[in-house]
Amino acid sequence: MLQRYSFNNETSFFQKLKSFDFVLLFCILIIGIISSFSMYSTDGGEFLYHTKSHIIRFSVFFIMMIFLSFINIRYWHATGYIFYFFILGLLIWASFFGITASGSQRWVNLYIINLQPSELMKIAIIICFAKFFHRVQLKNVNTLKNILFPIVILVIPIVLVISQPDLGTSILIAMSGLVVLWLSGVNIKYFVYSTLILIIAAPFVISFLKPYQKKRILTFFDPEKDPLGAGYQIIQSKIAVGSGGIMGKGFLKGTQSYLEFLPEKHTDFIFTLYSEEFGFIGSILLLILYAILILRIIVIGSSSRSFFGRLFCYGFAASLFIYISVNMCMVLGLLPIVGSPLPIMSYGGSSMLATMIGFALVMSTKIYSRQLII
Amino acid sequence: MISSGEDSNVRKLNTINRRMFIISAAKIIVFGGIITRLFNLQINQNKKYLTLSDKNRLREWKLPPIRGEFIDYFGNIVAGNSEVYQLHVIPEQIENFKNLMVRLKDILNLSPSEFSKLVKKKNSQKPWETLVISENLTWEQFSKINFFLHDLEGAKPVLSVVRDYPYKDSYTHILGYVSEASVKDLNENEKVKKNHVPGLRVGKSGLEKALENDLIGTNSIQRYEVNAYGKRINQIDHVEGINGKKVRLTIDTEVQKYANELMVGKAGSISAMDIYTGELIALHSSPTFDPNLFLYGIDSEEWKKIIKDPLKPLMNKSISGLYSPGSTIKPIVALSALENDVVSTKFKIYCTGKTEFYEQTYHCWKKKGHRSVNLREAIKQSCDTYFYEIARLLGVDRLNETAKKFGLGEKVFDNMFVEEKRGVVPSTKWKKEVIGENWYLGETLINGIGQGYIQTTPLQLCLMTAQLANGGFKIFPKLIIQRNQKTYEEIKYSIDKNLEEFKKVKKDSFIEKGTDFFNKFSKSNYPLFRNPENVKFVLDAMYGSTNEVFGTSYKSRFDDPKYRYAGKTGTAQVKRITEEQRELDLKTSQIPYEERDHALFVAFGPYKNPRYALSVFIEHGGSGSVAAAPIAKKLLKLIVDRHEVREKIRTSNLMDI
Repeated sequence: MLQRYSFNNETSFFQKLKSFDFVLLFCILIIGIISSFSMYSTDGGEFLYHTKSHIIRFSVFFIMMIFLSFINIRYWHATGYIFYFFILGLLIWASFFGITASGSQRWVNLYIINLQPSELMKIAIIICFAKFFHRVQLKNVNTLKNILFPIVILVIPIVLVISQPDLGTSILIAMSGLVVLWLSGVNIKYFVYSTLILIIAAPFVISFLKPYQKKRILTFFDPEKDPLGAGYQIIQSKIAVGSGGIMGKGFLKGTQSYLEFLPEKHTDFIFTLYSEEFGFIGSILLLILYAILILRIIVIGSSSRSFFGRLFCYGFAASLFIYISVNMCMVLGLLPIVGSPLPIMSYGGSSMLATMIGFALVMSTKIYSRQLII
Repeated sequence: MISSGEDSNVRKLNTINRRMFIISAAKIIVFGGIITRLFNLQINQNKKYLTLSDKNRLREWKLPPIRGEFIDYFGNIVAGNSEVYQLHVIPEQIENFKNLMVRLKDILNLSPSEFSKLVKKKNSQKPWETLVISENLTWEQFSKINFFLHDLEGAKPVLSVVRDYPYKDSYTHILGYVSEASVKDLNENEKVKKNHVPGLRVGKSGLEKALENDLIGTNSIQRYEVNAYGKRINQIDHVEGINGKKVRLTIDTEVQKYANELMVGKAGSISAMDIYTGELIALHSSPTFDPNLFLYGIDSEEWKKIIKDPLKPLMNKSISGLYSPGSTIKPIVALSALENDVVSTKFKIYCTGKTEFYEQTYHCWKKKGHRSVNLREAIKQSCDTYFYEIARLLGVDRLNETAKKFGLGEKVFDNMFVEEKRGVVPSTKWKKEVIGENWYLGETLINGIGQGYIQTTPLQLCLMTAQLANGGFKIFPKLIIQRNQKTYEEIKYSIDKNLEEFKKVKKDSFIEKGTDFFNKFSKSNYPLFRNPENVKFVLDAMYGSTNEVFGTSYKSRFDDPKYRYAGKTGTAQVKRITEEQRELDLKTSQIPYEERDHALFVAFGPYKNPRYALSVFIEHGGSGSVAAAPIAKKLLKLIVDRHEVREKIRTSNLMDI
């Protein structure tokens, strides 16, 4: 054990570089380039603010990701809880001193950037759970303490995020956490029970929702009811995607986005714009890229010797899958509209940062795949 | 311990891997779902969403169609389109409508009621439809708006066209007027509905209404690409609308204007027409009003003034005013009596000034009586007693037949004008049906002098005179020159031919009658008589009435043979005159206005080769010979003077057609 430990420590920089996962890097880069072009298109074919800052963010965070990849997975493991509590601290800060924008207090001002801690929490919760369940023996997973503790860890940020209010992100945090719980071997019956409870409690929960949130859910079931109000986004999004056809309307020729019929085209609805301009073929291509990305992360996870690395990779892959599915289903009118960005594609620094940290950890898992964590 | 730990680790590993596998399976299903959805939206329903996307981005703007012009016989524009400065706003493109309106209110000095009217209008139309803030900016307002334009975002000063009536009140009753289309107009006329834009003017009366479908034209359409906020990004195409058809009237503006001048201050009507082509030279109803007032919605005070005027300016008296024809009907009574062989031209009566009939006294207008009169003298001097007698002999039903033939009691313009009235030419059957009583012989008597139930429009009297003057042939009055209409030469030819045919028939045999007989004549200008000599006789009597001593309109004669004309006066009683009043023999000015007689005069000229007929009607004007005949004289002179000019235009236009 000791031998292996030292062996790993001695790997040279070039060996580390060589063990980088280039398929993953390639996928990230391609998606990054696609997203830059899409952003260029949202700016109406001009090199404007959104495009510039998106490319800068992507480049900076991509490079940062490569540097972070060299950090031993061990240290990630060691600082797992600290990372979680740091983000939690930021969340609490956001709740009290945060910047309010479009009716929601979700940003903290860090002098150089405005950070959205809830986005980072999506990754922090996975790291935290991975660390927690790394140690726990399978037979002990279903003990009261081992279930209660993660639930407390999960519920605190969710409550904070909901109170911002930001329903979309809180759902995504919850799903990221639950996925890791599921992977760790928590008994299926708990999931079944809680699902049942949720279904029963749903009417009560809905009664606590804010009017606009209720409206969104109602709109999902019948968008034509209020085509110029609540149903507008989803109708316009469907029109944009549908009018794209097989080959799309062509780069910079998406009338729906160009003439500003698409809402929030930089962020949540970036896929709509992409799909309008590049059509069915382009959309499938993007989906394949995402699929390879996720698959690659799973493969990396499965080759990790540590449960931490494995759990993280699996959890991150599953979360990515959830983010992508939720976003796409939302813009295609298959799910109600909740704020959820498309990883890498959407405009937004915090989301990009969180995703890149996730990739850095995955990459670190790959480089230090032989690393054992005691 | 280690082994069990290892064992536990392996089991944990397996659990994790197994559960990840389940998630991967879910992933495939979900991604499959997304792809299916994409396929469905982008490939299956592509067409539907493409149309929706086009519907989103393309928007049409309909511009008001350009209304067809009216020109008179000589090509002068009598209803045109003039350019005006307007201020338009498209509410959808304005961020703060209220602010803009408040600013505009200051600049244009809008009154609070105008202001609230505009707000109401804005709320009633679609946000991308143009809201017309002001339809007729003065140059000062227009330049002021342009000066402040930089902070009046969304306000658009535009140059537009609106109806313009250069001759103001001269043409009012022929053309009618235009005003903003009401909901009723839209529902009544499909074409108006199709071409409607906010602020569209449509005809409300007269020819403007009757010819709406020809005049309206079609919208120009501008198709723009717009963004989500309705802002125009670029113009995709522009479809030029078709201008409304230009309509040429038969009216001579000079005569029409003169008719208007002659009737100033009087209520009544003047009609003049070509006795062959039926072209109306003038058609005027007095008092009149300026139709330009209605363009932008008449203000309430002007409207009150018009509507409360006792002389009824809104009514087109020429076609919808019903009056007793008085003595102007006598030529027809005489003709009817001759045609039906009731009397001969030599039939004489001794007029004592009144006649008794079933214990009722019927008076002649001349108290002393006309002494012994024959038919010609009776027409010439308008002897009532004589006509009581021949009416009695003729009977109301035979009179009815002749009168109807000559156009009395029938609409002159079929169904062109909604406001046109038919009038009444009574018969026994008519009274039974409409009033439900039997006909009394006494009523026949007063019918013979154009009193009683009989009611005609002034234009009908003009048509009657024209059809007598052309020798008794049917003509079709018209206001509009049409491409395929018969020329004067054609009509004259067919009338002459008909007349010749008549003589031939008469010479050959009297047996050939009935349908065969009438089939010989040209269909359009068929004869209205049985014997052309009868018509000739009546015309000669009318000549006497104007040009011989004791004729009722002798004072209004012309000595110059160029202008010499024939006419018949008429004085229609409005009220039954009591014995006392008859004794008093009041002058017109001494009687209250509402009780004064209507003055009428029908004439045709020049007598040698008659070409024009006219009727003058003056409501409560008093005696026909005093009030109406002098006006007719003046007008006829002008018409005859302008005959050459008119002929010149006509013959030169013949080439064009």
